[in-house]
Amino acid sequence: MNAATNPLIGYLLVAALLFAIGLAGALTRRNAILVLIGIELMLNAANLNLIAFWRYGPHPEALTGMMFAIFSIAVAAAEAAVGLGLVISIHRHAHTTDLDAMNRMKG
Amino acid sequence: MSFVFYVLAALSVAGALAAVLLKNTVHCALAVTIAFAGIALLFLQLDAQFAGFAQILIYIGAVAILVVFAILLTRGSETPKGTVYSHFPLVGLLTAAAIFAVLGWAVLSSAPMLPNESAPPTVAVIDIGNALMGRYVLPLEIVALLLTAALIGAVIVAMHEKAGAQ
Repeated sequence: MNAATNPLIGYLLVAALLFAIGLAGALTRRNAILVLIGIELMLNAANLNLIAFWRYGPHPEALTGMMFAIFSIAVAAAEAAVGLGLVISIHRHAHTTDLDAMNRMKG
Repeated sequence: MSFVFYVLAALSVAGALAAVLLKNTVHCALAVTIAFAGIALLFLQLDAQFAGFAQILIYIGAVAILVVFAILLTRGSETPKGTVYSHFPLVGLLTAAAIFAVLGWAVLSSAPMLPNESAPPTVAVIDIGNALMGRYVLPLEIVALLLTAALIGAVIVAMHEKAGAQ
C-alpha cells in the first residue's frame, strides 16, 4: 500500500518532516525566540498526526484524537505565553536573546 | 492523494523551512505564520473544521502576534551580523535528520497496518461541545486552570520587578 491508496501516509510523512524541521530549528538556532518557534512547529506536527489519525481511524465519532489536538493547542498556547515572557525577562537582565551567551543560572 | 494536499503540504513545509533558515527574526516569524496557516488548511482538508479554525484563531491570531511582540520587545528585529546558528549546528541537523529517518521508516514500514476509513466523519461542533462538557469536562477544567496560571505567570515573569529599577 502506498501513498496513492492511503492518504494517511502522506499526512504522517508531512508531520514527520515538519517535526524534523522544527527540531533542527530548536537545536541549531541561537535566538531564544526562534528556538520557541521550532518547539511550536514540533507541537503542530504532533497535532497534525493526531488529527490525521482521528480522520482515518476507525471511530471518529468518539472524538478522541480531536480532543487530544484541541487540548494540545491550548497547552501549546500557554507554553508560548510563558516561554516568550521568560525570553523578555532574560533580555531585561542579560540584554541578549542569544542562547550561547546565557551561561549563568544566577542573573 | 489530492492535488490540494500536495499544495498545502508544500506550503507548510516551505514555511517551516523558511522559519528555520532565514536570518532576520521578523521574517522567521512571518514564515512560521505561513506554516501555521498551511497546517490549519491541512486540518480543514482532514474534515476537522473545529480544530482548523481553532488553529487559525490561536496560532495565527495569538501565538504569531505574541512572537512578533517578543521580537520587537527584545530588539531582535535587526538582521544579526554574524552567524545565526549555534556553535555545533551539525549535531542538531544530524539529530533532526536521524529522527526524520526513524519516523519515516516507521510510517512506511507500518503502512499496510494503518487505518484507512474513506468515509468522512460527520461530527458537528455541537458534538464537540457535548463531549467537552461531558466526557472531557475534567481535562477542560484542568486546561482552564493551566491557562489561568500561565497567564498570571507570564505577566509576573515579564513584568518589571521594581518600577524604575533600570
